[in-house]
Amino acid sequence: MQSAIAVRQLLKKYEEGTSGTLALRGVDVDVHPGELLMLMGPSGSGKTTLLSIMGCILTATSGSVRVAGREVVGLSEKQLPALRLEHIGFVFQGFNLFPTLTAGENVELMLDLKGASSSRAKLRAHELLEQVGLGEKYNAFPADLSGGQKQRVAIARALAGDPGIILADEPTAALDSHTGRTVMEMMTELAHKRGRAVVIVTHDSRVVNYADRIVRIEDGAIAGNTEAETVPPELLAQSLPQAAMGLA
Amino acid sequence: MPPLAQRNLFHDKVRLAVTLTGIVFSVVLIVVQLGLFLGFTTATSNLIDHSGADLWITSKNVPYVEQGVAFSERKLNQVRAVPGVGDAQKLITRWTQWKRHDGGQDSVQIVGINVDDKMERPWNLVQGSIEDLKSPDAVILDELYKQKLGVTGVGEVFEIGGYRARVVGFTRGIRSFTTSPYVFTTFKNAQNFANLREDQTMFILVKLAPGANLEQVRHDLLANVKDVEVFKTAEFSRMTTFYWMFTTGAGVAVLIAAVLGLVVGFVVVAQTIYATTVDHIREYGTLKAMGAPNSYVYKVIMKQAAIAAVLGYALGMIVSVFVVNGSQKGGAAILMPPPMAVGMFFLTLLMCVGAALVSINKVTRIDPAMVFKG
Repeated sequence: MQSAIAVRQLLKKYEEGTSGTLALRGVDVDVHPGELLMLMGPSGSGKTTLLSIMGCILTATSGSVRVAGREVVGLSEKQLPALRLEHIGFVFQGFNLFPTLTAGENVELMLDLKGASSSRAKLRAHELLEQVGLGEKYNAFPADLSGGQKQRVAIARALAGDPGIILADEPTAALDSHTGRTVMEMMTELAHKRGRAVVIVTHDSRVVNYADRIVRIEDGAIAGNTEAETVPPELLAQSLPQAAMGLA
Repeated sequence: MPPLAQRNLFHDKVRLAVTLTGIVFSVVLIVVQLGLFLGFTTATSNLIDHSGADLWITSKNVPYVEQGVAFSERKLNQVRAVPGVGDAQKLITRWTQWKRHDGGQDSVQIVGINVDDKMERPWNLVQGSIEDLKSPDAVILDELYKQKLGVTGVGEVFEIGGYRARVVGFTRGIRSFTTSPYVFTTFKNAQNFANLREDQTMFILVKLAPGANLEQVRHDLLANVKDVEVFKTAEFSRMTTFYWMFTTGAGVAVLIAAVLGLVVGFVVVAQTIYATTVDHIREYGTLKAMGAPNSYVYKVIMKQAAIAAVLGYALGMIVSVFVVNGSQKGGAAILMPPPMAVGMFFLTLLMCVGAALVSINKVTRIDPAMVFKG
């Protein structure tokens, strides 16, 4: 099966004056359609940098990153937005909804970016909000929604572009455990039932059980790449104290 | 496109009010200053532009109409003898003193004309007639200056340059840039009022015969009449306007104030749109992360600026119309012809869109990776 994302020998260096910080050093990762992959690791380990490069938001210093079969390393900053728009949907920790737009309009915005007509965008936005259980909240502003509802609107927005890849940054961090579970069930469904490649960066040990595979990053390198069935108890245990100690 | 620009603009009412106040202030200031400039410009060359003449004959080295120098009226016959001259008449314009009933004196500008001729007649008469000027000592002045000259109505008698003068009519809206009101009278009276000799005139106005060539007649006049200069009406009008507006610095001051209005408006609008952009910077970052090209984000900001411009312009014009109408009863008219009102719309739009460029510069430098930072 062709990888939705294939990362090879990825190096990312942040320039700081004459020296620099190596955020990623020789990372190799594959994400397949229908798979929910979790990126875990301590703060500053490089997981968000990896997510940003997979999402064509950051450029790599060297190595290879293929998104939907296309090499993105070396593409210009002008070419990357089109690639993001076509293949990638984002879900953010802080939801990043537009507070002056209604839930429906937030979803419509993505469809507008994709070139949908206004009437088509309205119709599709209704459908997507229905799918995430928020059909009746079409005209509600984000300020009037709960955290879980906001995240579901964000998921509907991410799906609006019909992307093959969903990248989520701490999607449950701002949610209570019950709402977090609802959101994770939605992400799992996206991967398993709709064939999306889902990558989630998380510190939240409560959601580890939803992963098909967990990639652990430490100091910019892969420290572990474990299938769900074989996730060792100690990995789960490792995550707990960090979250509990507020290291996340 | 979902109404992101409108919502961002109207979301913060206080900021919207500041933005609109800035634009309205700027629009009114520019309209008032440009209108004043236009009003002054019109006033400086009023007499020339309404003369109905094709050519003005003056003494040598006369830079503008108020600086006319007397010369022999016998040149009138020489002028009339030049082929192509259809009509030629003498004209006096000169400053002299008007004595009010209270004993106070004011400077006025006497305009001495041939009442039987069509050139340089008082226009916009609201009381009295040109024929009334034929009665002894008759004068017509503008109703704007009634109070200044102590006039209450037709029939009143005053003193001009030591001679008796009787008011027989009023015009409306004939302003003098110098604030010395124009006082129309017969050529003969004007010679007395302005203390000129009986054989002197200050200008000769020429109307071409049908089919005559302007340049040819001008050339022939210069060749046949000694010690004079011959100007086309538009040329003499420009010279007079240029003198008052630029040589004296009056026009420059007004124009500078208009430019300041534009600058103030630009800064206020730029600042508020920039602040709004900074407030929504994370949203613009999200837009870029979602795959929106820079042009999409620019469109949102530009739309915001354009909406602010339209609203600010509409409100500014409402205020401006009141100011312009109010000025019609004062000594300095503020003019706002339709092309200026239309031009102001585009200037406002340009100002707001230009101000938005400052914000666009900020948005261009947004790193979409910011969306992952908390």
